[in-house]
Amino acid sequence: MANEVCFRTLHLPNPGSLETYRSIGGYETLKRIVTEKVKATEIINQVKISGLRGRGGAGFPTGLKWSFMPRYYDGTKYLVCNTDEGEPGTFKDRDIIRYNPHQLIEGMAIAAYTLGARVGYNYIHGEIWEDYVFFERALDEARAAGFLGENLFGTNFSFDLYAHHGYGAYICGEETALIESIEGKKGQPRFKPPFPASFGVYGKPTNVNNTESYASIPFILQHGGQAFQDLGVANSGGTKIFAVSGHVEKPGNYEVNMGIPFPELLSLAGGIWKGRQLKAVIPGGPSTAVMPAASIMGATMDYDGLSKAGSSLGAGSVIIMDDSTCMVQTLKRLSYFFFEESCGQCTPCREGTGWLYRVVKRIVDGEGRMEDLDLLTDVSSNISGRTICALGDAAATPVLSFIKHFRPEFEYYIQHGRSMVTGK
Amino acid sequence: MLSQESLARIDRELTKYPDDHRQSAVMSALRIAQDELGWLSKDTIAFVADYLRIPAIAALEVATFYNMYELEPVGRHKITVCTNISCMLRGSDEIVDHLEKRLGVHMGETTPDGKYTIKEGECMGCCGGAPLFHINNKRMCEYLTPEKVDEILGELK
Ligand SMILES: Cc1cc2nc3c(=O)[nH]c(=O)nc-3n(C[C@H](O)[C@H](O)[C@H](O)COP(=O)(O)O)c2cc1C
Ligand code: SF4
Ligand code: FES
Repeated sequence: MANEVCFRTLHLPNPGSLETYRSIGGYETLKRIVTEKVKATEIINQVKISGLRGRGGAGFPTGLKWSFMPRYYDGTKYLVCNTDEGEPGTFKDRDIIRYNPHQLIEGMAIAAYTLGARVGYNYIHGEIWEDYVFFERALDEARAAGFLGENLFGTNFSFDLYAHHGYGAYICGEETALIESIEGKKGQPRFKPPFPASFGVYGKPTNVNNTESYASIPFILQHGGQAFQDLGVANSGGTKIFAVSGHVEKPGNYEVNMGIPFPELLSLAGGIWKGRQLKAVIPGGPSTAVMPAASIMGATMDYDGLSKAGSSLGAGSVIIMDDSTCMVQTLKRLSYFFFEESCGQCTPCREGTGWLYRVVKRIVDGEGRMEDLDLLTDVSSNISGRTICALGDAAATPVLSFIKHFRPEFEYYIQHGRSMVTGK
Repeated sequence: MLSQESLARIDRELTKYPDDHRQSAVMSALRIAQDELGWLSKDTIAFVADYLRIPAIAALEVATFYNMYELEPVGRHKITVCTNISCMLRGSDEIVDHLEKRLGVHMGETTPDGKYTIKEGECMGCCGGAPLFHINNKRMCEYLTPEKVDEILGELK
């Protein structure tokens, strides 16, 4: 089964309209919860039972995160949605805001009711202007229909939600950089603790979740947490949107049950293009380790399945590489990305990402030395665990995993000054 | 310095944030200014800061931190090609080559008639539609081929 949760409207005409969303019972769950004054503890309990884990990449249990928000607080609490997806290969949240924005809005409103947040922001990646405009229109529709604003459904529950537009900085996907950015500052991550639940937007308690996480909430509260858990497997409840890109016939988003065997997902995406062979897959975005064909073909797509197979689920950004791919040149592009996007606050990350890029570039330029492979491993290990945010670790992961699994290609490149795969 | 329309747009952005946090609107205010003027000069940035009643340095920091602001004049049509991994795997190099040949300039340059600037960009979060570029930070053009690029260029005035 596919498209059962976040993409519930996808098969209908005008999937992103309020009318379509209402035709499948949209906003009824919010209305029931608010008018029947369902207890916050009961809602959080259902979210815990659902097994929903944060879809932004870290996989932190959403119900547990919600329980960290201070219950009683004298002042405004905030709710933030992270639609800043900019990790290469990630493009799932864009389809939620353009094909089913009202489910996200309903999910955020339910979260706001549960956590006592009065104001929310959805932070949208800078490059997708047309989708940002579309989402703003959905917000207007929801306001006009009485699903956002003051005293909703005649109760004392009020929630305002706005869209905040990014402007080109991958690091703003990190939740505290994102908060700085909402405050109108450079997107530089904050030291944690304090965590956003105690010190978030304008220093107030703030809950941050990914788009897909919030968009799963209406289903969970309509059908119960158990129904969501049952769609998936142990430790990975529910469905997951896999954004499949690269060398497949039909790149795109596929919402499927957690635990789907990789070969099935691959065939949904039309298989490898041009009748070629699979070489490698990055299963969760470049901050997750690359996997050679043999290990991914035997893996299931869920948190435990991928970690057993030597990588992780990340944001579910599945990047497919066929046998024409040069791993050295590919690593060069990824290393450039992390170097370019490091915010520069921590020395190991700022200097380390620069080193990694320059050394891989030197290999591609035909000036590599055999010692460079150890140097790359050393520099990577020295970034890991010594930085404010996880971008430093993310930069090290591709370097370590590419060299681990495709070492002969690197050695060939260094010896011959050209690619073993493309000959160039 | 900015038209009434642009100021009205900035005012609308300001309604999203608490009155004592006008700085939150600086990103969109700079974007609106750039939409009208094509790029952000020091004077424009200072004007925006003044309008929001925040220090000029705060607006300047934001303008320099985020990649989509232009601190130098650019062509009437700024074309930013994503060359990150998913786009690279599907031939963004070919799109880059084609643009460079067709327009006679390299990435990062502007045509002498001031009509086009071409640049490389990072992942735009649309990788399923690779290869792709966007025009003036607004219009996303996906599933590109050299022929489709020609068609799009032909439509630009
Ligand atoms: C460098 C970096 C980039 C990130 N980018 C994103 C992103 O684009 N979208 C996202 O939801 N989370 C991203 N995250 C994770 C967020 O910090 C945060 O964990 C997440 O938004 C929490 O939501 P969740 O628990 O629902 O996943 C990023 C983290 C790091 C370190
Ligand atoms: S790890 Fe890198 S990106 Fe993260 S805060 Fe430090 S310098 Fe910035
Ligand atoms: S890699 Fe090009 S849009 Fe994501």
